[in-house]
Amino acid sequence: MTISRADVAHLGRLARLELTDDELDHYSTQLDVILQAVARISEVAADDIPPTSHPVPMENVFRPDVVVPGVDRDEVFAAAPAHEDDRFRVPRILDEE
Amino acid sequence: MSTTHDTMPFDQALASFEPVLGLEVHVELGTNSKMFCGCSTVFGASPNTQVCPVCLGLPGSMPVVNAMAIESTIRIGLALNCTIASWCRFARKNYFYPDMPKDYQISQYDEPLCSNGYLDVTVPTDDGPTVVRVEIERVHMEEDTGKLLHAGGATGRIHGADHSLVDYNRAGIPLVEIVTKTIEGTGALAPAVAKAYVAELRDLMRALDVSDVRMEEGSMRCDVNLSLNRPGDGWGTRSETKNVNSLRSVERAVHSEIERQAALLTSGGRVVQETRHFHEDTGRSTSGRSKEQAEDYRYFPEPDLVPVAPSDAWIEELRATLPELPSAKRDRLKGEWGINDFELQTIVNAGALDLVEATIAAGVDSAAARKWWTGELQRTANDRGVELADLGVTPQQVREVEALIASGALNDKLARQVFEGLVAQEGTVAQIVSSRGLAVVSDDGALLAAIDDALAAQPDVADKIRDGKVQAAGAIVGAVMKATRGQADAAKVRALLLERLGVSE
Repeated sequence: MTISRADVAHLGRLARLELTDDELDHYSTQLDVILQAVARISEVAADDIPPTSHPVPMENVFRPDVVVPGVDRDEVFAAAPAHEDDRFRVPRILDEE
Repeated sequence: MSTTHDTMPFDQALASFEPVLGLEVHVELGTNSKMFCGCSTVFGASPNTQVCPVCLGLPGSMPVVNAMAIESTIRIGLALNCTIASWCRFARKNYFYPDMPKDYQISQYDEPLCSNGYLDVTVPTDDGPTVVRVEIERVHMEEDTGKLLHAGGATGRIHGADHSLVDYNRAGIPLVEIVTKTIEGTGALAPAVAKAYVAELRDLMRALDVSDVRMEEGSMRCDVNLSLNRPGDGWGTRSETKNVNSLRSVERAVHSEIERQAALLTSGGRVVQETRHFHEDTGRSTSGRSKEQAEDYRYFPEPDLVPVAPSDAWIEELRATLPELPSAKRDRLKGEWGINDFELQTIVNAGALDLVEATIAAGVDSAAARKWWTGELQRTANDRGVELADLGVTPQQVREVEALIASGALNDKLARQVFEGLVAQEGTVAQIVSSRGLAVVSDDGALLAAIDDALAAQPDVADKIRDGKVQAAGAIVGAVMKATRGQADAAKVRALLLERLGVSE
């Protein structure tokens, strides 16, 4: 195993996902298969091959500092689960601040 | 959550411990559009009216870097004597909190755009100003977060709140984070060094014209990292105090954290590595969440953006745009105006340097320009709780008022009323002089009539003057000034009075 149940539980907590014991087993096994597959790439990649962070070798793609109109608030709120006082309404987040 | 702590008096704390400081300053850049999309950045707009698919994190939207933000950051790095990276990437900082709708913030991690610089700051001490070099670890780019309101609770804070309301207008505004290396060896000066550093940084941003750096509006924010150690020991555990939103608070936050940690360590406790929140009203901080470990942010190179690789030619082009920096400017003006360190400090503290310079450039004598800006006008700004520059009085108007004083049409007392009118937006200098009826009474007939009235009212004083007690004239001159509501030239009244009584000096 390259990823432990404890690791998966920790990732679950960071993503605010509540995982049952069965789910922890299930995802640990699945993620382990994925990680092993990815690890095989390291076997063929020599030290002089840097990890790829972007598939296309490009640099310095910029836009000019010009304001373009955004989207209408009502349109945005129509797609949101809840809103109040012109703001998005979200559940309170515990254990923060 | 604990809200109160025992503290140890500052001097006593410094006798046992050495403070180690680290400052992280966030500056919102003054670009027209956001960091990765074309939404407007104007402050104070109605909530969620400056948003689009990119800054709302909608699926399929793609960020594109604002060129101006890169230029501003490179200029900041150059002004801070940093090395500019020839190649660097953005990184995703993953965390779960609704202030970023993407569930991550685009930032920079191990490849900041600028690194290894310094800023020399002048710190006032009892023995006069001393220069402290603050080393800069890094200057990196990121995007600002949205603003949360915690609704339903009595205090507006999250504890007791039912739900939160989010405004994403600020989400995606370009943010530059400037991080110092650890600042050691400052001892009791630590609070003053922290304040002077942030003030110098603010002046630098203003000179570079990259941000409006209004701490009260949050366009410049400071986090204070502080730990204490006993001399000879290794570093202690640090706390990070957020929400420090004025220069005075920077100083107070360092001061109070030294007192808190010293009490804790002396009583056998230990400092917890945590985020603390500073409260303007009490000048104290309270405990917040325990800090997440960097690995919990699961940083990785941002796949939606390509690397930034500024060429040497571009960097040199930007270097050529650097203005005279604030420290060089202060040294120059100190020499030009022939003032000492303390006088300079008074002007700087009043935020009057540029205003005095512009007023002198408009043709006003240096002493008069300094007198108005650091005297009457600064008092008025303080009373109104605004920055001097935002008072509504311009260097040109000070010149107009000074010209009227020079011609004898106004005296200092009347001039103060003109400034009062300008602050109240009553019109131009000429309009205020006219509408308020402010003019020195120079008509000899009117002055003589007032002098006669004053002499008749105080015959004993009149006799004394006739007997040669010229110093008694002050009482009559005062009465005439009062009768003319200050609109007379006191020296002229005195001359007329003595002439009237046939007395010479």
